[in-house]
Amino acid sequence: MTDGPHDTDRRRGPPPPPPGRGFDWRAAALPSAISAASILIVFGALAWAVTSAEQWPRIRLQFFNLDAMIAAFPRVLQGFWVNIQVWLTVLVCILLWALALAILRSLRAPWCAPFRLMVVIYIDLFRGVPVLLLVLLFGFGIPALNLPGLPNSGLFWGGVAMVLSYAAYVAEIYRSGIDAVHEGQRAAAKSLGLTEWQTLRYAILPQALRNVVPALMNIVVALQKDVALLSVIGVRDAVREAQIYTATTFNYSSLIVAAGLFLLATIPMARLADYLTRRDRMRRLQMAG
Amino acid sequence: MTPPKPMIEIDEVTKYFGQKLVLDRVSLTVNRHETICLIGASGSGKSTLLRCVNRLVEHDYGTIRLDGVPNTDPSFGKTGLQRRTGIVFQSYNLFPHMNVLDNITLAPRRVHGVPRPEAEDRGRAILARFGMDGFAGSYPEQLSGGQQQRVAIARALMTRPDVLLLDEITAALDPELVGEVLSIIRGLKDEGMTMMIVTHEMAFARDCADRVAFLADGEILEIDHPERLFANSAHDRTRRFLQRITQGGRL
Repeated sequence: MTDGPHDTDRRRGPPPPPPGRGFDWRAAALPSAISAASILIVFGALAWAVTSAEQWPRIRLQFFNLDAMIAAFPRVLQGFWVNIQVWLTVLVCILLWALALAILRSLRAPWCAPFRLMVVIYIDLFRGVPVLLLVLLFGFGIPALNLPGLPNSGLFWGGVAMVLSYAAYVAEIYRSGIDAVHEGQRAAAKSLGLTEWQTLRYAILPQALRNVVPALMNIVVALQKDVALLSVIGVRDAVREAQIYTATTFNYSSLIVAAGLFLLATIPMARLADYLTRRDRMRRLQMAG
Repeated sequence: MTPPKPMIEIDEVTKYFGQKLVLDRVSLTVNRHETICLIGASGSGKSTLLRCVNRLVEHDYGTIRLDGVPNTDPSFGKTGLQRRTGIVFQSYNLFPHMNVLDNITLAPRRVHGVPRPEAEDRGRAILARFGMDGFAGSYPEQLSGGQQQRVAIARALMTRPDVLLLDEITAALDPELVGEVLSIIRGLKDEGMTMMIVTHEMAFARDCADRVAFLADGEILEIDHPERLFANSAHDRTRRFLQRITQGGRL
């Protein structure tokens, strides 16, 4: 028996792949139906409980008045456009200023000590003070000084306050990214003769920035909402416009419109942040494997 | 016959990490074209000694001369020492965001001012020599460990150094990939490269080294021709160390 059963099996080739693990409608039907039904029942009961409450008609009139919403919408949307513009401008300034702070803090040469200390003090100061306080201080205080040669608008100085405050957080995020780059990368760069600045520029920062993208996305989302703080110094953003409407009509539906606009902008960004975080995690897992 | 010329002279070098003594008055001379393997248990100071040569680690006492000049001498400038020494690490330490060609041309272009076309020509030539010519545009994570280490060796050779320092360069490799890296080192030895090699590959040390130094607790306990050191070492500790390694199946 030279041509054993083993050899025959080989010639016949490997067994077929196991049946596909595709989506099985029949197996999934019952659980899906149960989920759908329970969602309908729970949310339906909640909606019924709210709308059948004695006070519901008043609530609806006060907050969800369709006519008021339509009337307020153009002004609120116009205000929201201001939010978006301020958000993008402030965001770019924050990312750049915070990067400068993080670089200053990570330089290890002895003569950089005063700069490192300045950055530490800066971060402690601006992280420890409420953004709202800074916005009031800068947005009202500095224009009142009438400084020659400097802009006098509350919007400008309010924006500066936001940049100064947020940059303190973002600088710390950058620094965590810089610290997370493996020490071997610095050793390699140093052994090749790169100066400290070249090491940062070519070896460390590109990796650090990639590391912190997910964390930065959360800041981007938070900043989008916090721009509304500028409404307290009179910037006519979405919140301010909505407030102006409520002040004349005593109807709060305009604020709900503004809230809807904010959600419309932040929810997709939150999903994007989730996606980037997941992708980053996969990348790390692959590198570790 | 001319007397051998010293390339690296390590003279009474002492190094502390904080309160911990890691190198205790170590002296060692590596002649031109000589290959010296440093062996010893982890923590014996062999990697630190290697890193003192190109000043990745600054020693506290003693002198290290490269071709007769102390490695702390201002005549090296900011980058002279790095140009004349190349180091390869256990974990490759390639830059993950750069492709192979950018990895190996970074130092010549940015540090030594070699124009890009010239640096890339030189880079491609070295890659071809190491069987990596098809990978110039690949990123490190797309390569096997052995391929990454070959790129790392290429990177260290780009400035045409006088001395190559190898720090356990096969320790992180799968066993079947060790050979391709060690054969490159043999080739460099045949061309007359001066090398200091920290290794746990005793078979390689025996074949390739002109002398083998055994370190323990920051001292060179013994330095001898590999045949003599491996066959009948003068020291108990060396013998015990070699015995443990042999039992581990690495000789």
